[in-house]
Amino acid sequence: MADKYVGRRVKRTEDPRLIKGLAHYVDDVRLPDTLHVAFVRSVYAHARINGIDTTEALKAPGVVAVYTGKDIAEKIGPVPCASALPGLKVPDYRVLAQEKVCFVGHPIAAVVATDPYAARDAIDLVMVDYEDLPVVVDVEAAANGGPVIYEDFGDNIAYKLTAGEGDIEAALSSADRILKQRVVHQRLAPIAMEGRGVLARYFPGEGELTIWSSTQIPHLMRTQVALMIGIGENKLRVITPEVGGGFGSKLNIYAEEALLGWISMQLNKPVKWIETRRENMQATIHGRGQVGYIEIGCKNDGTLTGLRYNVFADLGAYHQLLTPAIPTLTGLMLSGAYKIPAIQINVTGCFTNKMATDAYRGAGRPEATYVVERALDLVAAELGIDAAEVRRRNFPAPNEFPFHTATGLEYDSGDYETALNNAQALIGYSKLREEQKKAREEGRLIGIGISTYVEICALGPSAAMPAGGWESATVRIEPTGKVTVMTGASPHGQGQETSFAQIAADELGVDLNDVTVIHGDTGIVQYGIGTFGSRATAVGGTAMLIAIQKLKEKANRIAAHMLKCEASNLAFEGGRYSLRAARAAAATGTSDPVVPVGEAPGGALPEPQTEGKSSLTIQDVALAAHLAKELPPDTEPGLSATYFFEPKNFTFPFGTHIVAVEIDRDTGDLKFLRYVAVDDCGKVINPMLVDGQLHGGIVQSVGQALFEEVVYDEQGQLITGTLMDYAVPRAAHIPWMELDRTETPSPVNPLGVKGVGEAGTIGATPAIVGAIVDALAPFGVKHLDMPVKPEAIWRILNA
Amino acid sequence: MKKAISVDVNGVAYENEVEPRLLLVHYLRDTLGLTGTHIGCETSLCGACTVLIDGQAVKSCTMFAVQATGSSIKTIEGMANNGDLHPVQEGFWEKHGLQCGYCTPGMIMASAQILDRNPQPTREEIRHGLDGNLCRCTGYQHIVEAVEYAAKKVSGAG
Repeated sequence: MADKYVGRRVKRTEDPRLIKGLAHYVDDVRLPDTLHVAFVRSVYAHARINGIDTTEALKAPGVVAVYTGKDIAEKIGPVPCASALPGLKVPDYRVLAQEKVCFVGHPIAAVVATDPYAARDAIDLVMVDYEDLPVVVDVEAAANGGPVIYEDFGDNIAYKLTAGEGDIEAALSSADRILKQRVVHQRLAPIAMEGRGVLARYFPGEGELTIWSSTQIPHLMRTQVALMIGIGENKLRVITPEVGGGFGSKLNIYAEEALLGWISMQLNKPVKWIETRRENMQATIHGRGQVGYIEIGCKNDGTLTGLRYNVFADLGAYHQLLTPAIPTLTGLMLSGAYKIPAIQINVTGCFTNKMATDAYRGAGRPEATYVVERALDLVAAELGIDAAEVRRRNFPAPNEFPFHTATGLEYDSGDYETALNNAQALIGYSKLREEQKKAREEGRLIGIGISTYVEICALGPSAAMPAGGWESATVRIEPTGKVTVMTGASPHGQGQETSFAQIAADELGVDLNDVTVIHGDTGIVQYGIGTFGSRATAVGGTAMLIAIQKLKEKANRIAAHMLKCEASNLAFEGGRYSLRAARAAAATGTSDPVVPVGEAPGGALPEPQTEGKSSLTIQDVALAAHLAKELPPDTEPGLSATYFFEPKNFTFPFGTHIVAVEIDRDTGDLKFLRYVAVDDCGKVINPMLVDGQLHGGIVQSVGQALFEEVVYDEQGQLITGTLMDYAVPRAAHIPWMELDRTETPSPVNPLGVKGVGEAGTIGATPAIVGAIVDALAPFGVKHLDMPVKPEAIWRILNA
Repeated sequence: MKKAISVDVNGVAYENEVEPRLLLVHYLRDTLGLTGTHIGCETSLCGACTVLIDGQAVKSCTMFAVQATGSSIKTIEGMANNGDLHPVQEGFWEKHGLQCGYCTPGMIMASAQILDRNPQPTREEIRHGLDGNLCRCTGYQHIVEAVEYAAKKVSGAG
């Protein structure tokens, strides 16, 4: 059957409500008598709390209650960490600080008032008696002694881990050259445009609590928050209304989510907290935060022999949900798109007096790609081989898949050379190199950077995940023939209300507008895992596809019963079950006219009319399944199916990004000349959405490469506490992106999709840095740390 | 303590008594219930709260409601005309100029002003004109194309 929707540029069904300003984010959900919460947060990075005086705050107009660490110590469990690395040290992370605070922004007290202005006023009246303690900010200082944050642990090392396959010592000693480089992956702030927000309402009669939260993982949050505050999981409903971006920052369980739920249960009123941007910078997870040492061994022809990466991971003061696990993803992806016989990663995860790092778009994989791609550039420069050629020499060939890496992965499918060739053709690579040469002779600084990345997506098999790697879907055809899809994924901008409807509409032969995709409400949707790790379509979409197939098996049996034939005699096409013998007649226009259900006058459900017919629409079958008057024996009424899909492997999208930049000799400022990306995310459901994901990811990479950096001073004060200080790319900063793709279906799922949510942040950063380094090669530059600001470039030009 | 204000919002006249410190964005969202205008940074850096005041794009998070008295305000809810989308809204839908949608109302208001001032902007002029509005999802390229689409539509070429 030809696809009517899949593969096409279908406009989003989400958009009308969003462009009209009629959508509902958490702060747009209004309940009568709502109380508002504001937080007293630590102004010190490390301090003992000798006392908290709430007397004046409690007297302030509108204030209803003030809660401190003592109030919740026995009532609310710690903020959970799902990672269970061997020997991991886990500090007791309470929703309000106990004896001491360990980072700027650490919540100390919650003020509840009748309106948000009153709550904000009153937090200034809470007196906290701090005794400041020595601070450790730098991750390498934390690893090598430094003030110890948790005396019980003896040092600041949360865990050490070594991974990889092959004899790394032998691999490096067999190399003709060994190149070494220290690299910094600076801390980044995810900056979802909507910060976090929580609205909690307790129904004392029913003993039920509803929490609206801006999260990527409603079901996991329900489980964890229920455990934290001691309410039955089946008495807690989590709703994610519209979610204004996540990028991993809402793939977490936060103190405020549990605390607001608990406060609502204490006061029997709805309570709301909407994060300010300053709070978002201080107390929503950061990403990246690694300092590492690369050793790459190669032969004189550019063949790689081994890679070692010793990395210090800046975990922050506490573990959030996945904090310690992120560097392990870096280890998994250190083979990049290359055959490297031996790989070793040595991780030292360190506590520092800062907010926790955790999953930010890419989550450990951008770090891996950056390490490998920078290493390849070093090899190219050392050997005088073109950056594209040295990559080509180390690719596995398409017939080497599934490809086993020395990090223990099986790459599912790939054709890395075609993506590279296409990207080179698109940008006119050899001509560009000629132009670069000519420009250099004229004293102009043009640089070309290449990244041939591979990423790990569709997270993932449950065996490799801390809390289940499957995804769920229920598909139901209602009595009127409308199709309802409930997905356990939790999209927040990716557009799966549209792309899932495209798949369902094609599979069921119905109109796209007759499909509604419901997500993000644990009171309605079966248990799901959520949206992160480029998994929603590859895992959740597959769950939906298989649920549809189950549903159609049943519909086929019912249709056969109604048409008084064998199920095998029916064919399904264009939303209609037809007798195979009748199809030829139908083609000549002699088939029965069928009145679609749902169009009966007066709103009454029509009776299915099957007498003398040779075909039925799936809507006819749905109505009959609900009326249940003529079902085959032993058939359940209704027409719905649920499926929980467990993937057997991850998927491995890949591609090539090539960027050309020119540097202003006078100012060190950078101009993008070209940006070309050829990405392969497997089968494409909606090319418009894929382009959007790539654009967004690439521009976040531009941010990391050039502007963005979370900065704490030596006292642990957050210097980049507002968007004035933390530089997110703006419209004038972007390269104009020229996208192309190859399509290598994944064998891991029947849709053939791989995932695309993180490709841009993984593939682009090393290409941009590589281009700058290439432009500055005449000055002997081999590496620059991110963010590469004009000042750093200017200093090189004026050294 | 409270001050009387009168404003016209999306063609409807309102008179309210408000605290002098009430921010305009809170007046729109909380007093009038027009929650389409969003708050992204509280410091006028992200532009999510952009509305048109007497035709000028203004960040409503750093203006007091009392400062708006006597003015005519247009918010995202007022952009469609009798159910017909504004060309900029149409452009955002057509060109996939939004993902999570949170910055979108402010982007649409700022884009409308760009076209109001300059109906045939170049790509560079659009990019410059959107400098006060942050988007974290789209990478801006589709937003710029959405404004180009609207410009063509308005000039009758599309």
